[in-house]
Amino acid sequence: MMETMEMMADQSKEFPMLNVQVSAAPPILGQSVGTNHTQVKLAVRNLNFFYGKFHAIKDINVDIRESTITAFIGPSGCGKSTLLRVFNRIYDMYPGHRAQGQVMLDGEDILAPRSFGTLRSKIGMVFQKPTPFSMSIYENIAYGIRLYEKLNRSEMDDRVRHALIKAGLWQEVDGKLNQSALKLSGGQQQRLCIARALAIDPEILLLDEPCSALDPISTAKIEELMRQSKENCTLIVVTHNMQQAARASDFTAFMLNGQLIELSETTQMFTRPSDQRTEDYITGRFG
Amino acid sequence: MRGVIARRRIVDLLSRILMGAATVVGVFFLFWILWATFRLGIPGMHWSLFTKDTPPPGTDGYGLRNAFVGSLMLLGMTLLIGVPIGLMAGTWLAEYGFKSRTANTVRFINDIMLSAPSIEIGLFAYAIIVAPMGHFSGLAGSVALAVLMIPIIVRTTDEMLSLVGNDMREAAVALGAPNSSVITKVTWRAARAGILTGILIGLARISGETAPLLFTALNNQYFSTNVFRPIANIPMVIFQFALSPYTNWQQMAWAAACITVLFVFILSVLARLLVGGVQVQK
Repeated sequence: MMETMEMMADQSKEFPMLNVQVSAAPPILGQSVGTNHTQVKLAVRNLNFFYGKFHAIKDINVDIRESTITAFIGPSGCGKSTLLRVFNRIYDMYPGHRAQGQVMLDGEDILAPRSFGTLRSKIGMVFQKPTPFSMSIYENIAYGIRLYEKLNRSEMDDRVRHALIKAGLWQEVDGKLNQSALKLSGGQQQRLCIARALAIDPEILLLDEPCSALDPISTAKIEELMRQSKENCTLIVVTHNMQQAARASDFTAFMLNGQLIELSETTQMFTRPSDQRTEDYITGRFG
Repeated sequence: MRGVIARRRIVDLLSRILMGAATVVGVFFLFWILWATFRLGIPGMHWSLFTKDTPPPGTDGYGLRNAFVGSLMLLGMTLLIGVPIGLMAGTWLAEYGFKSRTANTVRFINDIMLSAPSIEIGLFAYAIIVAPMGHFSGLAGSVALAVLMIPIIVRTTDEMLSLVGNDMREAAVALGAPNSSVITKVTWRAARAGILTGILIGLARISGETAPLLFTALNNQYFSTNVFRPIANIPMVIFQFALSPYTNWQQMAWAAACITVLFVFILSVLARLLVGGVQVQK
């Protein structure tokens, strides 16, 4: 975390002209774009986030639409991973991390204390490094399901198989479900983690640079998996890789120094960005 | 330039010789001890060691059954007392204490306990259990041994759990798992080889301890499984028999020492295998 903070501090030194003051009534990004798509699933209002005294996210307002893939891009330390970590309140694990503002999931504020109980069954998360638990492939998936449901053996078998089929992993692991998940390759481990997250039917899946540790073939498989999943799930992906954002997402949001600069349909973002800073970033002038 | 290289060669040669000599001295004494133990212990091996009880002074009998049973009971009770406390304290340090002042104070005190003289631990158990009860007991012996064992388990559990990557904890929390499930089902499992190794090392460390038993379990010439009474045990039998004038007693002391060495050896090999086989998952 210190590293991120230092990087962010460095950046503001490097691009002082980019630290624009936020006006009194900031525009809500994503509100006007893609209205022909679907309704708003996640509405972020005046969101600020602090690591202790460090102000990592500054007044973000954004709408995320249902059954779409939204990619967040931006230079290291711009706050995109932090934003993702607010959406399922994983930051709660660490003292001193705090969020202000509202994040409305279907109209209910997830930052309000009482909505905590089922939050993580509705919003799943996949991390940069594959994180299989040190159990069998079967148990990895069953672990998440058991947190919410009591199933008998055959129902559980069905659910596990279904999750693995959804993640495109079934053919590779059929017959070795009782093997340790740690024996799988990196790409297979990451798809197992996605399967584990999807097995509890989340409404939103957060992916924090899910492919940065993987080879191109595994990356292609995961992007395909993301496209298939968006039918019943809203996906939000943080990526360092602009080609990935261009290939796999419907909307792209550009963040810089804790602020959200622009959110547009991906095709527009990469052809005619509306903000000069976005253009500078995606054409490789910095970052 | 040439002077520099020549000097480095000499320093290199000298340090190699010194390190080699140090290794030879260390290994020499280790093998000498092992050789003496086996040379004098193996002739004394006999089945009756495990089937007959220790003979009265001056008689011909040959057996250590009561001492083996007593020692196993002591070790078993020590595990029952020491493992839960050590495991929970180590888990608290790694999962809740982190680098807080309290946690670091506990770690510091634990490190002192790691090198506490065992005879003082024996005196401690004497003061809190033997004196109030009015007599020696196996239970007091196990408490003393557990106090010696707990710091080892605390230390290894803390270290092994700290090696488990935070992303694995986050992944479990992101699924909605409560803390209890994250710890018992995810992080303990990831670190189980290392934690088990710590327990085995702790067991090996205490299995030859004599000083703490001197004030606590004492010894018993007869077969007894009453943990509230003095109980026979191998270290005390070795101590008593080795110093006796009877040749059959002396022979039994060597045999018992030999078996203890083998027991510790097996525990250490098991611990090595566990660490080598299943690394802690980062």
